Amino acid sequence: MHMINTSEILETLNMIDHQKLDVRTITMGISLLSCVTDDEDRLAKNIYDLITRRAEKLVAVGQAIERDFGVPIVNKRISVTPAALVTGAIKNPVKVARALDAAAKATGVDFIGGYSALVHKGMTEADRRLIESIPEALSETDFLCSSVNVGSTRAGINMDAVRLMGEVVKQTAANTAGNGGLGCAKLVVFCNAVEDNPFMAGAFHGPGEGDCAVSVGVSGPGVVKVALEGVKGAPFDEVAETIKRTAFHITRVGQLVAREASRRLQVPFGIVDLSLAPTPAVGDSVAAILEEMGLEICGTHGTTAALALLNDAVKKGGVMASSHVGGLSGAFIPVSEDIGMIQAAEKGALSLEKLEAMTCVCSVGLDMIAIPGDTSAETIAAIIADEAAIGMVNNKTTAVRVIPAPGKVVGDSVEFGGLLGHAPVIPVRQFSAAQFIHRGGRIPAPLHSLRN
Amino acid sequence: MNETRKAVISVLGTDKKGIIAQVSRILYENDANILDITQTIVSGLFSMILIADVSAEDGAFDTLKTELDALADRIGVQIRTQRSEIFEAMHQI
Repeated sequence: MHMINTSEILETLNMIDHQKLDVRTITMGISLLSCVTDDEDRLAKNIYDLITRRAEKLVAVGQAIERDFGVPIVNKRISVTPAALVTGAIKNPVKVARALDAAAKATGVDFIGGYSALVHKGMTEADRRLIESIPEALSETDFLCSSVNVGSTRAGINMDAVRLMGEVVKQTAANTAGNGGLGCAKLVVFCNAVEDNPFMAGAFHGPGEGDCAVSVGVSGPGVVKVALEGVKGAPFDEVAETIKRTAFHITRVGQLVAREASRRLQVPFGIVDLSLAPTPAVGDSVAAILEEMGLEICGTHGTTAALALLNDAVKKGGVMASSHVGGLSGAFIPVSEDIGMIQAAEKGALSLEKLEAMTCVCSVGLDMIAIPGDTSAETIAAIIADEAAIGMVNNKTTAVRVIPAPGKVVGDSVEFGGLLGHAPVIPVRQFSAAQFIHRGGRIPAPLHSLRN
Repeated sequence: MNETRKAVISVLGTDKKGIIAQVSRILYENDANILDITQTIVSGLFSMILIADVSAEDGAFDTLKTELDALADRIGVQIRTQRSEIFEAMHQI
């Protein structure tokens, strides 16, 4: 094996120091299926005990890896079995929400995800109770994240669930009005949700997973942006190659961290999620990558094509760098968490409609978007339905995480703090979709769902 | 003893007497063998990258890192001690 050379060492140090290369998260997935009982207090205790035992060393191990390799690991997180699957025999799922939040606090993690229900085809009584409890659960907890899967390419879109989620988003905003509707930042509505996503707010430990697994989500938009500065004016073939090479480097770091975490925690390695996850810090923006490709501002014509190229090249470059790739894997476009997106939205270059188009070619969906506080539950449900339709037809994960910021109107700004950033309130269409949403029922799966 | 474990030590700061001496003394005291050194001074800025074998004993890396961190504070230069795997992972297939 050849000795590492100086220029390679300097390149890595430069990525960490000046281009904000980091590992966004080490996420431990924990199955709660063994906790099930019909006694509420007992269930809460079982869950708390199991999580605090399994994740006891998670934060310490994360910090030790960070120290040994000199690469920042921004968050340590836990994802659990969708709570609706373990609360079928109890009346009040909020007790489980409190137990999950307490376990997050006891282990010192940044977030815990999995207050979730998978209702893409139908909804059990337990699913309904859990979904209806989300506004209360999110307003009574600090670190809990929630997600609901309302559609899939195989099953179609559960429009009853879509309608209900419009109301849940609205109520969650109202319950957390004192914090600008912060609860909605911890609530994602999915189509084609994945079972091993390490990123919040949508992480849960799917029913097809084992007892426990560690997964890693990488980051590094700044590294890609700087690499592209070296190919100014070059044709797209070169742009794509440059992104692939950079994504490979970034993902190798993720793979190393995942392998080390798995070894030190003695928990199986799940996946590396090859995502470009931005933060509100300058130099850590996905929008800036698109602009580096030659767009005056993110959101102008050409943005969808630029994002399509980026998303594809990140996957192609990353896939060889890791033994198991999974999760959402692609470029994220959360508005409030990306300084370039924030500026584009403030200047009016980035509209909800353009964001919707961008979600056709990126890894997830409408993410961290503040909309006027008086937006109706039906309009929110209709936004969810549109996004779910894109996911269903295109065989990809889509999601909606919008914040109808209480009392705010277009032009105002909402501050969420930390990694969640701040967002300008952007307009929604003023025409009603209420009758459409109140039909209920199920939108059938598309023809290409019949693939057997 | 298991496989060779290497540490990459990068030092950056205003040039002054004894930086190399003090860093290498700590390495010697911790039984770490120096495998490679690159060092330059550009307009008064001292820069050194040193690769050392730290597989001699368990816990050697942690002690070494703690002592080098303390030295960095004492003499006012930046010293980073990292396991070599991060560089190998990133640049070697």
